Amino acid sequence: MMRVDVRLDRDGLITLYRTMRLIRRFEERVVELVNRDEIPGVTHEYVGQEAVATGVCHALRPDDVITSTHRGHGHILAKGGDPRRMIAELMGKAAGYNRGRGGSMHIADLSLGIFGANGIVGAGAPIACGAALAAKLEKTDRVAVAFFGDGGMNQGVVHEALNLAAIWKLPVLFVCENNGYAISAPISQMAAVERLAVRAVGYGMPGESVDGMDVLAVYGATTHAVERARGGGGPTLLECRTYRFVGHFTAEKARGIKYRTDDEIAEWRTRDPLETYPAWLKQEGICDPAQVDAEVEARLEEAVAFARQSPFPAPEEALDGMYAVPYPGLPARGW
Amino acid sequence: MREIRYLEALSEALREEMRRDPKVIVVGEDVRHSLRGVTKGLLDEFGPDRIYDTPISEAGFTGLATGAAMAGMRPVVEYQINALIFVAFDQLVDQAQKLRYMMGGQGRIPVTYLVPASGARRGLAGQHSDHPYPLLIHMGMKVVVPSTPRDAKGLFKAAIREDDPVVVFAPAALLPVKGPVPEEEYTIPLGQGEVKREGSDLTIVAVGPLVPEALKCAELLAAEGISAEVVDPRSLLPLDRDTILASVRKTGRVLLFDDSNRSCGYAAELAAVIAEEAWASLQAPIRRLTRADVPVPFSPPLEAYVLPSRDRLLAECRQLLAASRA
Repeated sequence: MMRVDVRLDRDGLITLYRTMRLIRRFEERVVELVNRDEIPGVTHEYVGQEAVATGVCHALRPDDVITSTHRGHGHILAKGGDPRRMIAELMGKAAGYNRGRGGSMHIADLSLGIFGANGIVGAGAPIACGAALAAKLEKTDRVAVAFFGDGGMNQGVVHEALNLAAIWKLPVLFVCENNGYAISAPISQMAAVERLAVRAVGYGMPGESVDGMDVLAVYGATTHAVERARGGGGPTLLECRTYRFVGHFTAEKARGIKYRTDDEIAEWRTRDPLETYPAWLKQEGICDPAQVDAEVEARLEEAVAFARQSPFPAPEEALDGMYAVPYPGLPARGW
Repeated sequence: MREIRYLEALSEALREEMRRDPKVIVVGEDVRHSLRGVTKGLLDEFGPDRIYDTPISEAGFTGLATGAAMAGMRPVVEYQINALIFVAFDQLVDQAQKLRYMMGGQGRIPVTYLVPASGARRGLAGQHSDHPYPLLIHMGMKVVVPSTPRDAKGLFKAAIREDDPVVVFAPAALLPVKGPVPEEEYTIPLGQGEVKREGSDLTIVAVGPLVPEALKCAELLAAEGISAEVVDPRSLLPLDRDTILASVRKTGRVLLFDDSNRSCGYAAELAAVIAEEAWASLQAPIRRLTRADVPVPFSPPLEAYVLPSRDRLLAECRQLLAASRA
């Protein structure tokens, strides 16, 4: 079942599980906290897609850059984001990654190469290209990864970014997480090709479709693409075929919006990487997943406690940080 | 002092900053052959790694500049025409301008956007003749509109060195204009306006290409015994309120002369600032002379009719003075 074409040692295999489990349980905790009104606003859970962020980011170095999406918690955790500061941000607390300015859709940590989740579909793609151009000019072998979904694949600026990366051979990996739906719109009605990776041909770059429910397949494909990029071989479009088990956003269920059949969801559930992968680990005698689970629970417990005890920012801080170079009277206040 | 053209002043500024800082790169359409003239010769001096001809992808290369800036570069983006700002709008105001704040103050985004040939250029019609700085200022973007070659060089250099996104509008009407520019190194800081002509009866606050028009108008008014002061904000955001307010408090009458649309335009913002801060000094209602709220039409008489002109300014100034003296 598991495709292993890039070797990983035991620690690596366990790390993949730990990260996926962390993402899954993080998202489940987030839903609880949203339902308890401890998190304001809207969150978009990554449940079902864990193998993608995990497989991709495991193939990256700490100094590589990612740009993420509105459904970004998984990418940020997989790139090394601290769950304590993430939950604090989701709660709007001062200890949050963005000091309470961004919330769920905007978590960033430049020191980890996380150039931000983004509230506008596809907007991170050209930003990743810029990071890649800088890496090239500084003669480093850093790479950048732009995450976007099947919906983002139809955004104009993503097309522009793919072309820019191709003509300049930028060290970028475009990861299209095809979860089948742009909110409620099935990709089969929004694109006339079945495999979005075939669009790569039109840009003159390699394109590959992988099983986004198989963390080792994602890791393997990413490793090859990243090696090519680091070696000056230019960008790759990697389509990861995946599924979200939950709604587009937390409140969707309560609104009774239904655009997928129960059968379809159940069918994808049989391929849940949080079921299949730990079963494989156990079967192969690599580890006892229950131990990892306990570790993850403890970490999240501590993260939630940290976020809860963190104070809210002082209201007047709302006017800070807009400019690196401030001037008197800027930004204007509304009174 | 030597005299050079506005366009040459911009070109000198960019060349000097590229020599000074290897992180400065140039991105835009037809910049290697320099269709607009600002980037002329840069490819020869700095090589292809510092100057990039882009595909027709304004949103894409605007975002590219943001990412490069976040990763340590200092890009200068050239928009071949003013209206390309609309095409790139999300990447400009929703990304480049917002990201630092939304990330909780992390990082810096030092990108300079140059709009050479902003405003109307006679016969280019509604999609090549805009001056969309109010939209950018509305979203918190720093904007400068230099009116002389000296200001153009000094402000462009300061904009490139600024650690935030800054848009530099270089009005089409001014590009061929010659003026004194020091040979020695200098910059002009953002947020400093300048009184371009002193006067005592009324204040004309003029923006960009309208500054020379206001100065000619002031000269004609002087012959009629009217003493007009001309204030050039130069930097629209940050704005030097003090220089404008001091002038209005001195003269008691103010006319705002701006080549952007009327509704929610830059003159509207200036009028509000003056009404809030200098009400007690005003001897007459604030007057605005702006563009009409239509796309700039093609036919020369139609175009001239909708743009703010020196003739209208003269008439407005005479009226303003007559009304408040009556």
